[in-house]
Amino acid sequence: MKPIMKESPLSRCLAGGVFLATCLLAPLAQADTLEVRFGYLQWQPDRGPALARLTPEPEDAGLQGAQLAISDNLSTGRFLGQHYQLESAILGSEDALLEALAAMLDADIELIVLNVPATTLRKASEIGGERALLFNAGARDVSLRLDECSPYLLHTVPSHAMLTDALAQWLNVRRWRSVFLISGTTDDDRAWAEAFRRSAQKFALNVVTDKEWTFEADMRRNASAELPLFTQGPDYDVVVVADERNDFGDFVPFNTWLPRPVVGTQGMAPDAWHPAIEAWGAAQLQNRFAKQAERDMTSTDYAAWAAIRAVGEAVTRTGSDDMQTLRDYLLGDDFELAAFKGRPLSFRDWNGQLRQPVPLAHPNSLVAMAPFEGFLHQHTELDTLGYDRPESRCRLTD
Amino acid sequence: MKIATRLAAFCLTLGLSTPLWAQSLAYVSNERDHTISVIDMATLEVVDTFPVGQRPRGILLSPDESLLYVCASDDDTVQVVDLATRKVIDTLPSGEDPEQFALHPNGRHLYIANEDDALVTVLDVETKRVLAQIEVGIEPEGMGVSHDGRWAVNTSETSNMLHWINTETFEIEKNIVIGSRPRHVEFTRDDALLWASAEIGGTVHIIDVESLEEIHTIDFRIPGVNQDRVQPVGIQLTSDGRYAFVALGPANHIAVVDAQTFEVLDYLLVGARVWQVALSPDEKTLLTTNGVSGDVSVIDVDKLEVIKSIDVGRFPWGVKITSGTQS
Repeated sequence: MKPIMKESPLSRCLAGGVFLATCLLAPLAQADTLEVRFGYLQWQPDRGPALARLTPEPEDAGLQGAQLAISDNLSTGRFLGQHYQLESAILGSEDALLEALAAMLDADIELIVLNVPATTLRKASEIGGERALLFNAGARDVSLRLDECSPYLLHTVPSHAMLTDALAQWLNVRRWRSVFLISGTTDDDRAWAEAFRRSAQKFALNVVTDKEWTFEADMRRNASAELPLFTQGPDYDVVVVADERNDFGDFVPFNTWLPRPVVGTQGMAPDAWHPAIEAWGAAQLQNRFAKQAERDMTSTDYAAWAAIRAVGEAVTRTGSDDMQTLRDYLLGDDFELAAFKGRPLSFRDWNGQLRQPVPLAHPNSLVAMAPFEGFLHQHTELDTLGYDRPESRCRLTD
Repeated sequence: MKIATRLAAFCLTLGLSTPLWAQSLAYVSNERDHTISVIDMATLEVVDTFPVGQRPRGILLSPDESLLYVCASDDDTVQVVDLATRKVIDTLPSGEDPEQFALHPNGRHLYIANEDDALVTVLDVETKRVLAQIEVGIEPEGMGVSHDGRWAVNTSETSNMLHWINTETFEIEKNIVIGSRPRHVEFTRDDALLWASAEIGGTVHIIDVESLEEIHTIDFRIPGVNQDRVQPVGIQLTSDGRYAFVALGPANHIAVVDAQTFEVLDYLLVGARVWQVALSPDEKTLLTTNGVSGDVSVIDVDKLEVIKSIDVGRFPWGVKITSGTQS
């Protein structure tokens, strides 16, 4: 049992029945209060013009998740004499972001969530060194988890490999094993498609056709003419699309040569989170989020939320705000996070990846939650998703 | 038993509208059907299904067993059902999204967990006045009141705490952090111990009420079931202090625990995603609500065997059993 700081000014304040807002303004920086400070930094490069324009990622995707996690942590912390703060910035360039990071480090902020591309994350991780524990809430690249791990970088966003493994498991369960794969031409698209090819091999799928979409045509006019021709070929059960920036993928469903379902980055997609998830208490999280942000919670919001909630959980359990103590606890066997996906989440101690179920959803509904029954693992079924310990060259805790 | 059956048959043939003795009945809330199923405990069959408000979850009997209180979560009310007519006769101002509740032994003070608002609402069921709203952790869920009426305990699922509320002052006196996602609490008959389940932690925590310290943690290991599927929710304790029954959620088993040594004696296979459990007043029968399979499993407490499953509505959640002697 952890000692409970019964006489914190906050619990007195609450016991007196004073309204919460007043309580939060009460003097918190007292000796028996832990002050936990977080940073949140975001820079995502412009992904260029896309043909589909209905569902752009909200500009504050990630930041709103971080803010909700702070308020969740505060609600818990007020009973335990723990207080949480967030300093955040959305930057316009990589240089600006790295400067903001250096400033946070100088201000002794030691817990920082980053929503940036992989190239920026590598630089940030070098700057951070051992001075701060960084959380990756924006980059899905496999290499960051496979061979370029940094001991002070944890990943709360799933890797491409986790997402495509979830999809491939499901296709195997449905016995839709012949795949027509269409990939876009950006690095992200190619990375996603490459991850899928590996997943297909892992889960006994057969990629019968593997094509890149390089057309320059305006799909809003020509989709019905171009795509049926493009998707001609040997018979397939399903079309898998790799189009991360949502350029052409939304035009594939209902325009295939054969009457087949479309999955991948469009159609039914695997991701960290989806607004349609409501089981496992998720309805409450979605409600809290919608009330705060006045929009739905995205996967990036979820990844940022999970990072700050994970630390909050570690602070509650260890009673400490020491970064090193928190890192060791997060990577240890005792850590588990209840995060509304039906199973406890924990960090893979070899590469710092948060192991988590992966929802498969189409725009308005949840279809399934991977991993699926029958895909066995000697430690946890969650490690059937993504690179397992023997496949990764990283050993963070050795 | 045989005589009783014959007598029942005799009554039926005579066409008596009311039997000579009141029946023991079980009430099951069906979360996705917005109904309550009524099970006759003598025949173990569903004898009626009646509509209530939206998304009924926690249910409670009044001390005289004449009323059923229903948390109609999506209607943001607690409904009062007259069990003689099976009609909703009243609604109580419960606060938003009521999920579970507990009635103080005085029969008047209802402690309601408002899941969306991080509040516990205390309501006087007679005057319908809200006596207090108490700020608790995120997603308050489980509620229990000690038999002596001194403590009301609330669990907050995301804050992972037990909040100990003084029932005279309505103030929190102690917060105890336990395993992840605490769901349900149950006091022993003598109020010496509190049992609390932690769904994601996969554990049950035993708290000594005198010192308000945790004295034991129970782990569950079912051969062939992945550990992260073991998610304890509902708990029932026999009044003789012999057994505790713990519903293990998607592990689809009920754990039978020795309530003295805290040793797990057995795991009984029931329906899919078992949520809540209820003991019949004679403590010979245990019912479990199985959310995903939409049925109720019947366990013979003496033999520790599952003897039947009964189809009810979609996503059965709460269950309570009348003694049949009160009305």
